[in-house]
Amino acid sequence: MNMNGPERLKQAAGKLTTKVGAAFPGTRAVFRGHDLHTGFEEKMGWFDLCAFGITGRRLQPAQLQVLEAIWVWTSYPDARIWNNRVAGLGGSTRTTPVLAMSAAQAVSEATIYGRRNEFKALAFFKRTHDEMQAGSSLGECIDRHLKQQGKLAGYGRPLASRDERIEPTMTLARKLGVGDGPHVTLAFEVERYLASVGKPLSMNFGALVSAFGADFGFSPRDYNLLYFPVFLAGMQPCYVEAVEKPPGTLFPTSCADVCYEGVAKRGWPA
Amino acid sequence: MSVSPIHTRIWLEEPEADNPFATRAAHCHGYDVYGQMLGRARWADMVYLLFRGEAPSAQQAQLFDALAVALANPGPRDPAVHAAMCGGVGGSTAAACLIAALAVGAGQSGGAREVFLVMRDWADCGTDLSAWQRRIAQPPVLPDDVWPVQEHPAGFDPNGLRTPTVVVQALTVLASLSTGPCLPWLSAHLAELEAEAGLPLAMTGVAAAALVDLGFGPEEGEMLHLLLRLPGSAVHALEQWRYGFKRFPFYPVDLQDDPAKEAA
Repeated sequence: MNMNGPERLKQAAGKLTTKVGAAFPGTRAVFRGHDLHTGFEEKMGWFDLCAFGITGRRLQPAQLQVLEAIWVWTSYPDARIWNNRVAGLGGSTRTTPVLAMSAAQAVSEATIYGRRNEFKALAFFKRTHDEMQAGSSLGECIDRHLKQQGKLAGYGRPLASRDERIEPTMTLARKLGVGDGPHVTLAFEVERYLASVGKPLSMNFGALVSAFGADFGFSPRDYNLLYFPVFLAGMQPCYVEAVEKPPGTLFPTSCADVCYEGVAKRGWPA
Repeated sequence: MSVSPIHTRIWLEEPEADNPFATRAAHCHGYDVYGQMLGRARWADMVYLLFRGEAPSAQQAQLFDALAVALANPGPRDPAVHAAMCGGVGGSTAAACLIAALAVGAGQSGGAREVFLVMRDWADCGTDLSAWQRRIAQPPVLPDDVWPVQEHPAGFDPNGLRTPTVVVQALTVLASLSTGPCLPWLSAHLAELEAEAGLPLAMTGVAAAALVDLGFGPEEGEMLHLLLRLPGSAVHALEQWRYGFKRFPFYPVDLQDDPAKEAA
């Protein structure tokens, strides 16, 4: 039936029509067609449940282990890092833990690192893999990508030229037999290709993480949802330490620490 | 000075003689905020100055003020305000209520990202009707990004039938105050644009035209749309806390994948 806008809204008003689940307070809860308390095996973990909630399918144990290891290896409790700094500044100003973590998580959806970088990288790997399957060369794919998108997410890293998280991740993934899927293989090929054409941009962790996401069947959006809290364990200590220090002592900034580069002083128009 | 200072073209602070962390004078784009502006400048003047770097003319300030009134409260049916009320009714923190309003009101359907997209369209199409018709018929393919794919022409209501009266009133008043080209042109060509879109103009479309006429870029417009809609979210969140959760809707559910039904 072809409905116009108001009809569509009237149909949807006053109720929730859903397939993903519902709470029936006092009796039970349903999660994607399963009774949440009795419908899954006892070993269903939280990370596993998150992936299932997003995609409706279960990850393999080896995939879960790699993804969770990635979370561990990218949890840096360093309050200088921009998103962590938000968590720390929240502690320093005595905001609540949840507000500080929420803001730091939102900030992690950044372009030059974090969720936005991973989204773009995963989209690139999936598209490039498909185009190469259809006969394009890697160079053609990268040229086309740069022409359409302007930048190549996942290569080059702010503040450093190599990424120390890649080696342990690959060691574990290969040990578990999931380290050389088509998109991870492609991620390393891209790095080699860039070097061969005089653009030695090393792969950053966001690219590798995204390539694993593509190999494990995630879309950019779904991986974005799964990876939302990936930096959390590094943020929490930043808040705790800041809140335990005197207020305002995390990165206090004197007037002299601000370099003004604007127009000269002038009088407000009458 | 530390190794790496913060750079800014907006704000100059001078310290008290005995404390480098206490402010003796603060200048915004050159103007002495506490020594000269306070008591003379209006709120719209200050916000305009912050974003544009220059004080607004009297007409620009009047248009900006009018836009702020038009956007201040989308009302409790609006998803962003609804989100804020979800915070208020449960006793969430004030910031959480506003964060909820910001996040939900940030989107491409009725939110600040839609305003960004329309302002980008104004930058590309100007007041060229055929360029707008092409843009509406075929929106540009955007680079990969976390924003969902655009589903309707930005600035139009995907669930509307005809232009709501309040949108027409906002457009009429704002166009009458504008010294820029966009609002009057939008008012004059509304019928052609709506015919091309097959949808009525939305408040985001009016806001975007006003923000362009005021000289803001898409990035600034997106920020301002987020800011200017917060007052309504705040008061509706506070109101729902006082009403209590028993008077806030908790909707019946039609669960289509219920294991209890399958077992029966």
